[in-house]
Amino acid sequence: MDARTQEFLEYVQAGGQVETDDWMPDEYRARLVKFIEMHGNSELMGVLPERDWILRAPTLQRKLALTAKIQDEVGHCQLIYRVVEDLGKPRERCLDDLLSGKSKFHNVFHYPTKSWGDVGVIAWLVDAAAIISQKALLKCSYAPYARVMKKVCWEESFHILHGRDTVLAMVTGTPAQFELVQEALNRWWTPLMHFHGTPIPAEEDPMFVWRIKSQANEDARQQFLDGYVPQIRELGLEIPDPKLRKDEETGVWEYTEPDWDELMSVVTGHGPASEERLAFRRLSRNEVDWVAKVVLAEAA
Amino acid sequence: MRERPRAEIALELADDELILGWRNSEWTGIAPFLEEDVAFSSIAQNEIGHARALYELAARDLGDGRDADALAFDRKPEEYRCAPLVQLRLVPDWARTIARHVLYETADAIRIAALKEHPDAELAGIAAKIEREEAYHRLHAEMWLERLRAEERFAAATAELWPDALGVLDPELRPALAERVGRPEVEAVERTAPGAEFAELWDEMTMVRRSAPVGAQW
Amino acid sequence: MADLIWEVFRQERKGQAFVHGGSFHAPDRAFAEAYAREFYARRQESVALWVVPREEIMAIEEFPDEFDLKYRRVDGYSIKARLKEARERAGTAQS
Repeated sequence: MDARTQEFLEYVQAGGQVETDDWMPDEYRARLVKFIEMHGNSELMGVLPERDWILRAPTLQRKLALTAKIQDEVGHCQLIYRVVEDLGKPRERCLDDLLSGKSKFHNVFHYPTKSWGDVGVIAWLVDAAAIISQKALLKCSYAPYARVMKKVCWEESFHILHGRDTVLAMVTGTPAQFELVQEALNRWWTPLMHFHGTPIPAEEDPMFVWRIKSQANEDARQQFLDGYVPQIRELGLEIPDPKLRKDEETGVWEYTEPDWDELMSVVTGHGPASEERLAFRRLSRNEVDWVAKVVLAEAA
Repeated sequence: MRERPRAEIALELADDELILGWRNSEWTGIAPFLEEDVAFSSIAQNEIGHARALYELAARDLGDGRDADALAFDRKPEEYRCAPLVQLRLVPDWARTIARHVLYETADAIRIAALKEHPDAELAGIAAKIEREEAYHRLHAEMWLERLRAEERFAAATAELWPDALGVLDPELRPALAERVGRPEVEAVERTAPGAEFAELWDEMTMVRRSAPVGAQW
Repeated sequence: MADLIWEVFRQERKGQAFVHGGSFHAPDRAFAEAYAREFYARRQESVALWVVPREEIMAIEEFPDEFDLKYRRVDGYSIKARLKEARERAGTAQS
């Protein structure tokens, strides 16, 4: 590592902040773009499993809340892609790479949604897992991204409220409604356990070394379990992992080790709903391509 | 319009706004670019908000124990009163979507302005609130009209949807729409009891709600 | 027609400073106003917005201080020692 890069590394590790026009090592810039781009991709792809349920929402209030949640996520994608653009990659190219399968998006958005139970579980627990990561990103060494995370975190808090309220309405409703939630939880538990990534030690995670991430994956997962297992269990719901328990002495949650190969396969585009979603998005993009050209055309 | 019972007026308007609000929210995640995706979603939400206020008014009048949600979702498909224009599924055609947006907002402006003069204070009050919110919708529609008016596909879409647009309004208000849009009045596509395509939409719209007994909480 | 980037500064409450909120694409002022409202006020979270094309913003980041003109800064004055001496002379030294 050359001296200038070494100096930069020490700077960010000491809490130093980096702005768009500052000098940065090529490796830092490359990792930054990839990480932030994946986040933007994920916000956009997250919309697709949920949007069908806007039509099917069982009350006007839920219809509005769900529409607003999804609107926020599109907005987050816009904010995050802007950060990537200022680092040099136009968002049309981000979209190209996403739709061609070249770049990745988060595991949870590769799975199908099957019922209104999923809507509640996703808005409550998937967004809860996301907010833990996003709060850690408030300390990202790259300042423009950290600043965007403030708005993102603030808006995500509404999603969790809506999600939890939706779940509570069902678990205090009919037995069939309770079952909807339990069944959804059974299907979403593994993706939730995958969410924060492999338990790689912080010092071995390049994202942490460069202080792009400020929290180790396992710490994030433990934080999620600590906060949400009690909240799930107090509703009478069962978590489908017989090994899940908190060691009262160490304060560490034990659980069945997730299949990390499965995570890798899903994230590289082989999840149950990946291809269908990408195909849908590709199709609609082709249909509306002409609009951006007409409206956002470069001045002649 | 004045001679009809208040609940009937409110239901017709509410059905239009609910179904259009839903059709507009079909663009969520797939609008031509991200900023517009967010903007169009707000318009859809406003429409559903208008529907809710109108269903609440109608529910009070009908006084049969049904609330706004029951009126929005628990009626049979043939009981809905929405105009053919709002039922059309236009995704992923942005030209036709904006053509409908422009035509509907213009028609609605005329309708709402008339409703503001209604002798019933509550109905007039809701109309005034809707009008204030729709000022933003009209600005948005005009913004897009400016950008697309030179496009052949937009002109074709407007021509195609014109008879449906006229059908949104009571006959006595149609000349005003024709004048505002700058088109001759033609034979309108009238409101009728919705058909098979709407029944399919209704089926999907109510599938979650129907999975629990009437009165279940969600 | 053009694809411009617009920067938004928002005021959260009356009396507070305008703070940079973010940026977006829009082809002209009409679209820029619509999108600024959407992104920074749809939850009534701002009382005022300033929206400006990015190219209109002049960014300045270099500020030479070759001769260390400290008198312009708080750290250019160290009065502690002199104050102590003055108090001792006047017999008003604090214990």
